Amino acid sequence: MASPGKFKDKDMQVIIGWILRAGVILSMGIVFIGGVLFVYRHGHSIPDYRVFKGVPYFLRSNDGIIQGILSGKGQAIIQAGIILLIATPVIRVAFSAVGFIIEKDYLYTVITLVVLLILIGSMIYGKAG
Amino acid sequence: MSVIVFTVILLFGSYFAGLLGSLTGLGGGVVIIPLLTLLLHVDIHYAIGASLVSVIATSSGSAAAYVKEGITNIRLGMFLEIATTAGAFTGAILAIYVSAPFIAVLFGVILIFSAIVSLREKVEQITHQKTFLAQKLKLGGRYPVNDELVEYGVSNIAGGFFMMLFAGVISGLLGIGSGALKVIAMDGVMRIPFKVSTTTSNFMIGVTAAASAVVYLQRGYIHPGLAMPVVIGVLFGAITGSKILVHTQSSTWLRWTFAIVVTFLAVQMIYNGITGKI
Repeated sequence: MASPGKFKDKDMQVIIGWILRAGVILSMGIVFIGGVLFVYRHGHSIPDYRVFKGVPYFLRSNDGIIQGILSGKGQAIIQAGIILLIATPVIRVAFSAVGFIIEKDYLYTVITLVVLLILIGSMIYGKAG
Repeated sequence: MSVIVFTVILLFGSYFAGLLGSLTGLGGGVVIIPLLTLLLHVDIHYAIGASLVSVIATSSGSAAAYVKEGITNIRLGMFLEIATTAGAFTGAILAIYVSAPFIAVLFGVILIFSAIVSLREKVEQITHQKTFLAQKLKLGGRYPVNDELVEYGVSNIAGGFFMMLFAGVISGLLGIGSGALKVIAMDGVMRIPFKVSTTTSNFMIGVTAAASAVVYLQRGYIHPGLAMPVVIGVLFGAITGSKILVHTQSSTWLRWTFAIVVTFLAVQMIYNGITGKI
């Protein structure tokens, strides 16, 4: 049904596949490095996840995470990898919007932007709540 | 239990959760949450956060492979993602007002339901119905069957959209991909060929999970010490699972064994929820 843009649809599939793969490999690499550091530094402490207390204080802001990475804190590096992982499908949606604009498929450009808006709304709500 | 021991146990446990989730087609989240809460007594909120992260990793990883094969219907996925992301956002908001025992019971119910769905006979069906809405939205498509492109249509879009909204709420509330519900919406309600339904569902799961993960991340549900071994373990388990599936035809006894294991986990979740142990 989408025959006019057949070739471009194929291009979009390749790019989307590449973004997803790169995002997963990169973020998992970062999580792994952070994990090694975390276990190396805190291997013998006793974790307690029985009662919900949220995350350690330094992970609650972007600045805290960046400071943590700079001082080699494993948990901050893991958290950065996880944020990149969560961002991967969002980046995929953003690229799809660009793809639909190139294909001049304006209906799907709008549909994709609606999805992106919901994701951004969710992010803003999370920050406020 | 020290961090080293805990991490190693979780790595192995998550690996088997990912393997089981991949072989049954239920996803890693449905096994990892009972493992964390029932066996390791982790608070269910942390379990949901860690599970969501692993769901994004596995679905993005496998979607990357499927998209290139050209079976995934990207337009259909994009359109239905409006419903699933809106639902997931709603689910993440609802999660604050819902008690842990209720989440456990709901989780068990959805798990039993998903296990039944996974046992169903998979019949490829194709509708050539061309509804006005489906044509306007360009939802139909073609997919390869034995090196030949077969055209298919889409029916009952409103019904499918509504079902996706529900799948999104469940995903956001429980921290699972709710792939079973998504496949039902596409294959059962919208009459889309099974192969297209499963791959497109997989494609949508990552975005759906991301919509609620951004809320959970900022609420402190996603703890790095826990999410790290879970996401690594589940991802590698899922990779092993997909390799096994390529080499073996899905055998009936294997599917039954897994369905029984999953049902057992579900009953445990419901029991512990009702008795207030979760």
